[in-house]
Parts: sequence; C-alpha cells; structure tokens
Amino acid sequence: MSEVLTEREAIAGPIVTPGELLPYAVLGGLLLTLVVYFVGADEGAASLVGGGTVHEFVHDARHLLGFPCH
Amino acid sequence: MVRSLLVRGLLVGLLAGVLAFAFALAFGEPQVEAAIAFEELVAARSGAPPEAELVSRGVQRTIGLSTGTVALGVALGGLFALVYAYAYGRVGIVGARPMAAALAFAAFATITLVPFTKYPANPPAVGDPATIDQRTLLGFAMVAITAVALVAAVRVRAELLARLGAWNAAVVAGGVFVASIAVAQLLLPSLPETPPGFPADVLYDFRLASLGTNATLWLVIGLGFGAAAERLLVRSESERCGA
Repeated sequence: MSEVLTEREAIAGPIVTPGELLPYAVLGGLLLTLVVYFVGADEGAASLVGGGTVHEFVHDARHLLGFPCH
Repeated sequence: MVRSLLVRGLLVGLLAGVLAFAFALAFGEPQVEAAIAFEELVAARSGAPPEAELVSRGVQRTIGLSTGTVALGVALGGLFALVYAYAYGRVGIVGARPMAAALAFAAFATITLVPFTKYPANPPAVGDPATIDQRTLLGFAMVAITAVALVAAVRVRAELLARLGAWNAAVVAGGVFVASIAVAQLLLPSLPETPPGFPADVLYDFRLASLGTNATLWLVIGLGFGAAAERLLVRSESERCGA
C-alpha cells in the first residue's frame, strides 16, 4: 500500500505553466511583500505611514523575527 | 491549480504564525522584558527622562506580537506557495511533501539561518538607532547574497551530476555555497553594537528564541503545506485520470 502511494505521489498533479502562474505571482507577490515590509521594516530605515505606531505595535515581533528594529 | 495552492499557502501560513507566536511568547518574551529592563536601568542612571509609550508593553507582547507573527506567517506562506507552484515538477525533487520540506528548509536557511551567522537578531537595547539604515540594508543584502549563492550551488550540482555522481556533485555544490558565503561575510562590515554591561545570557537566550521562532514558522509551513499540497495534487491527478 505504501509503495503504491509513493508511486502515485511521484507523478501526482499537473505542472503549473508560467502563464498560469504570472498573474498570481505579480499581484500576490506584490501584496504579500508589502505585508512583509510593514511587519519588518516600516518606520525603521524607511517610512510609509510615519510616526511610530506601526513600529511600536509590531515591536516585539520585529525583534524576535530577527528584523533590525531600532 | 495556482489559486488552490496559494489559498493553502495562506492558511498554512496563518497556522504557522499562530504557533510561532506561541513559541515567541513562551521563549522570547522573557528575554525582551529583561532587555527592556536593562535599557530602562541605563536610561535611569544617565538621568534621561523615560520614553513616552506610544503602545503599552502589554499590547506589544500580546496583540502586537501575534499580529506581527501571524501577518508574516500568512505573507510568507503565500509567497512560499507561489515559489512552490513554480518549482514543483521543475527541480529534481520528486513528491509533493519532500518538495515542500526542502523548499521550507531552503527558505529558513536563506532568510534566517545563514544571514544570522553575520547579522544575528538583536533584543531591545542592542543596536545603535543611528545605524538602523545601514543594518537594514546589510541584513537584506545578506539574505540576497545567500539566495544567489544557494541558486548557484543548486545549478553547480545539476551541472556536475552526470560527470561526478550524486554524492561528489553535492559535495562540490556545498563547497561553492560555503565558500561564497564565507567571502561575502569577510567583505561585509561587522556591527558590534552590544552596549557594555548587557547581560550575555539574555543576549544568547534571545537569539536562540529568535532562531526558534523562525524555525517554528518554517517547520509548520514546510510540513503543513506539503500535506495540503499532496492531497490537492493527488486529487487533481486522479480526476484527470478519471479514477
């Protein structure tokens, strides 16, 4: 049984074409990178919102996730 | 298929963020508190007025910490799914779960582990605010260099596979990776910014907790996404075959 499963998983599923991936990669990639920026770097080296509220709110996460904080 | 993979990546990332929050709360927060206590002690001794609190400590270590880890988990889970969608079936790893595990380990090594050996995570009070621009730039540069070195090593391995065999090709590729990271780390500037008197145990435990938080994140993404992707890919395969 386990051998059969291994065989199946080796060939399972379609391979995604670049054309299928592109719109998701562009939109999703941009939006998600923006989220990483706000958690990791806003109001540090660069600032989009200004002030220090974003920075202070995610302060502990920024330290513990290893982003340079202040 | 991309949409289904992306949705699963976001959901697994959410779970990973929650578990990373639990780890960070249990193992990281005591060190953050100790570091802030040190910071306040130094400030009090120098007679500086206490800093105005924009966000209270209670909010920072609960809602703030969980918002940060969960948001980052969702974002990294989504980005992971996009890279996975491209890599699946294109690189030499066969199987939905091994592919996810290998990709998650590569991401952990590239984003956290290897850059950490040059620019480790710092608790509050460590790091001069005047050098934040430089530290941010150098930190991201180290991640980028690691990513390039990893891709180069994978290519070298593929190139040498037929001539040298699997073992020796992997050894040479590993050598290329380690050598390029070593050269980069020797060339990039060091930033020793731990203030005098900062407790060494707190620094060590904080950095260990930071590694653990990131490891939790990637471990859950790698194993969770692998399980979810396998179900999805096997199901679509059996639908295509009319089974």
